[in-house]
Amino acid sequence: MNLDTRTAVAWITRAADDVRADEARLTSLDAAVGDGDHGANMTRGLAAATASFAEKPPATPGAVLVAAGRSLVAKTGGASGPLYGTGLRKAGKALGEAEQAEPAAVAEALQAMLDGIRELGEAAEGDKTMIDALAPAVAAFRDAVDDGADLGAAARAAADAAEEGLAATVPLQARKGRASYLGARSVGHEDPGAASTTLVLRALAEVTTEDAA
Amino acid sequence: MSVGIVLVSHSPELAGATAEMAGSLAGTDVTIAPAGGTDDGRFGTSIELIQAAVGDADGGDGVCVVMDMGSSVLTAKTLLTELEDDDDGPAVRLADAPFVEGAVAASVLASTGQDLDAVVRAAEDAWAMRKL
Repeated sequence: MNLDTRTAVAWITRAADDVRADEARLTSLDAAVGDGDHGANMTRGLAAATASFAEKPPATPGAVLVAAGRSLVAKTGGASGPLYGTGLRKAGKALGEAEQAEPAAVAEALQAMLDGIRELGEAAEGDKTMIDALAPAVAAFRDAVDDGADLGAAARAAADAAEEGLAATVPLQARKGRASYLGARSVGHEDPGAASTTLVLRALAEVTTEDAA
Repeated sequence: MSVGIVLVSHSPELAGATAEMAGSLAGTDVTIAPAGGTDDGRFGTSIELIQAAVGDADGGDGVCVVMDMGSSVLTAKTLLTELEDDDDGPAVRLADAPFVEGAVAASVLASTGQDLDAVVRAAEDAWAMRKL
């Protein structure tokens, strides 16, 4: 299958539902190393994204991601807003005006998302940020597509890689964001941004797997 | 005219009070617009509030934005990227500066009619102003 408008809307809607369902966990992760607002901020930003689809239905999968990104930038309130928002807008722009995106085009869009977030946040892998989940996920997605995987299988590979990346943030010391003020005391916790990234990618795997079945 | 100043903080009160203090030191010739908190008054950052403050501060000579940290910086950078696509928009620069000291330095220099480059440089030079 390809990523069409309906599936793109389903992805962001599922991500909004999954983040809302896990809001307490994200908030408690953030309370350990940050200001404890990540769950509420992501819930608010993604809810604004899904509300925007109802208000003005996007015509292409690219437009879905651009609209979601705009809502996240406008309504999230924390650093995750500009980061996810910029990433989704870059991904949407990479998809262009196409009505359907093949898995290879989705791989390009995810790479654009990663590049956009890296450029804005100036974080590298190992800094204990969302990049630690997103970078291996994007690589796993591309590798799966190169090996002939369909969209659902590639998205599952990406979500699995994000989960491994998330687990690998536990022993890291934060070098970006509020957690970096804690120095060595940031060690021993999952990074909340990597946790929400994993939820967003798992949501993509869920909707692309269900649609194919 | 003079360069306008925008102060971005997670806190509406901190942005407002810093604008008030910088204004008291710089005089009435410079517009200092605070953009604090989220659009619904919580701690955080709002791109819409920053954009509105840039509009308020712009008198035609450009706008120098001073941010506190974290999402203030990322949101201001995101707005700058959007404004770059707008040829008719105001000239906006972000100052890599300590918040209070940078706000005061930028406001004082703007009040003397210096251009945007000089105002941004004054804010950034505030890092080097030792207190003891």
